[in-house]
Amino acid sequence: MSATGRRTVPRFGHGSRVPGWDQAVDLTKDPATIPDPATTPVAPGLKETIEAAMAKYPDRRSAAIPALHAAQEVHGWCSPQAIDEVASVMQLTPAYLTAVATFYDMFSTVPKPPNDVYVCTNISCSLLGADEFFAAMLDAAEGDPDVDVRSFECLGACDIAPMASVNGEYVGPLDLDDAARIVEDLRAGRAVLEHKQLRYRRTADPEVAEEETDFGPPDPETTEMADTAGLGPEGDPEASE
Amino acid sequence: MKILFDRIDEPGLNTLPVYERRGGYEALRKALQMTPEEVLSNLMDSGIRGRGGAGFQMGRKISFLPHGDMDKYLVCNADESEPGTFKDREIMQKSPHMLIEGILIASYAGEISRTFIYIRGEYAHQADILEAAIAEAAQAGYIGQRILGSEHSVSLVLHRGAGAYICGEETGLLDSLEGKRGNPRLKPPFPAIEGLYHGPTLINNVETLATVPAIIRMGGKEYAELGTETSTGTKVVSISGDVQRPGNYEVELGIPSRELIYGLAGGPPEGREIKFWFPGGSSSPVLTKDDLDLPYDFDSMAKAGSMLGSGAIIIVDDSHTVLEVALKVAKFYAHESCGKCVPCREGTNWTVKMLERIQSGEATPMDLDIMASVQEQIIGNCLCVLGDAMAMPIGSMVEKFRSELEDEIEAARERAEGADLDDVIPIGVADEHAGPFPVH
Repeated sequence: MSATGRRTVPRFGHGSRVPGWDQAVDLTKDPATIPDPATTPVAPGLKETIEAAMAKYPDRRSAAIPALHAAQEVHGWCSPQAIDEVASVMQLTPAYLTAVATFYDMFSTVPKPPNDVYVCTNISCSLLGADEFFAAMLDAAEGDPDVDVRSFECLGACDIAPMASVNGEYVGPLDLDDAARIVEDLRAGRAVLEHKQLRYRRTADPEVAEEETDFGPPDPETTEMADTAGLGPEGDPEASE
Repeated sequence: MKILFDRIDEPGLNTLPVYERRGGYEALRKALQMTPEEVLSNLMDSGIRGRGGAGFQMGRKISFLPHGDMDKYLVCNADESEPGTFKDREIMQKSPHMLIEGILIASYAGEISRTFIYIRGEYAHQADILEAAIAEAAQAGYIGQRILGSEHSVSLVLHRGAGAYICGEETGLLDSLEGKRGNPRLKPPFPAIEGLYHGPTLINNVETLATVPAIIRMGGKEYAELGTETSTGTKVVSISGDVQRPGNYEVELGIPSRELIYGLAGGPPEGREIKFWFPGGSSSPVLTKDDLDLPYDFDSMAKAGSMLGSGAIIIVDDSHTVLEVALKVAKFYAHESCGKCVPCREGTNWTVKMLERIQSGEATPMDLDIMASVQEQIIGNCLCVLGDAMAMPIGSMVEKFRSELEDEIEAARERAEGADLDDVIPIGVADEHAGPFPVH
């Protein structure tokens, strides 16, 4: 299950998978058991987050995805250590959590750079040049150890196609020059392509939007109007805690 | 007529005070004055059909839930991942309380005490907004024990997914919500009988639930006046691809497709013509420019051999080849197939390979027949419709654009024959992706 830029399944010229692509289980090792909470150190705060998530559901296992999100946030990726910590708090086997983590595109079971750039390359975006933008984005981030560029399936923002999600912030429509700007903004630690962020976009429906909708940079007079969520570009500090 | 998009750009609509000032949660109060049966009969009368893709009548779905004292669940499907669809995103981002109110009313109609919103993990901003809105609603006493002095108690939990198209399929979603890999389940039993945690479960799309407050406010019969007889009400249509003004448009069902595509979305760019279009997301069989005068509703789309699906129109103009779009569609479903059922897992991958053969000039016109037969063998042979969702559009493209694909096969073969033999990778030799093992 991989259509990403860097983590392509290695294949021979005729299309078959190169042996070892899935890292066969090490048969010499004993199966992992549920880690003992007494002897497994857990990153500060992670235990509380996971326990709070478990309390929300009738079955604690439902918290597997929220818990892995939290662990990935802390450790940068779903490392064996991160999985062990979640397993000890949730009292599940590491194998179970690894199975879950490998199923979902947003979890990474290999080390990854801290900044995620998901470039949508599905139909609507690719009709408008997403594949070219993805190539430009790969070039722009080439050699930057902090930026992970992946092609992603439809992100649900075809109205701003071609688009990308930069650390969860939707930006578009993008042109080729924006690739370099995204990397610059990430390096500078500021809001990415602020004038192209989805959160500022009005609805396209002419009977709803009072004026012509465009993608101009946030004009101080209209930004407040358009930012219907009332959250600044930095996001709601409380919500992103 | 705007129901969902009524002044949706109003600043602060995502907060409780603004929503209440506009009459928010009045429909919930009105519903709680009625009996659950009365609320349900309003939903039945409205004739509203599910906005997520299948188009099943919402009222009937609720009526399938068993009665009695047991744990019943409601799950709002906000895992909007069908390519081309982005209506729920705008509703959740701009008017989250409308969705919450709809969930609360539906839970009352179905006598359900535990409700969930399963939102796709990529919608981080929208999830933050919903989380804040749920907290506000709980604070104000709309969610919790004996809400607004009634006998009805209800909880609402927001659950963030982590990126998997299959979790939009209702039983895949339930597995994912239970903390497992999102594999679809065998049906029957249908979720209304045995769903989340083995309890009876009602699953509805964001747009369907967000319409519920309006139905209660207007009365089911009056809502049914909108739209056509069998496709009642308004629908938010996402239009994208080669159009001048892509975006969400709320229209009454039954509007001519041409008016939607040309009138509202501005049609294809100057000098371009529509080659074909998907009327309901990338899973729907394609229609051509001859079908532009069809009314946009569930039955007309079905009669034309396609479907309204999630109400996402993708326009492809004449600057693109059918092959290029078919390959995108096939690759998407091959990537997202969960791998549980053989016809889907193998069929999607083989379709990609056959399309790539066309591209590289190795195919013969007979391959089109093989490809069409693969699609036929996927349809109806899997636990869920993910495989069908690829088979239907690909099958329709082969059927409707056969001569273009045959020309493409011929042209690609000529190109390949003219190519320098040094550029051809002999079979069995690893390509550039084959690195040292193990590789990811």
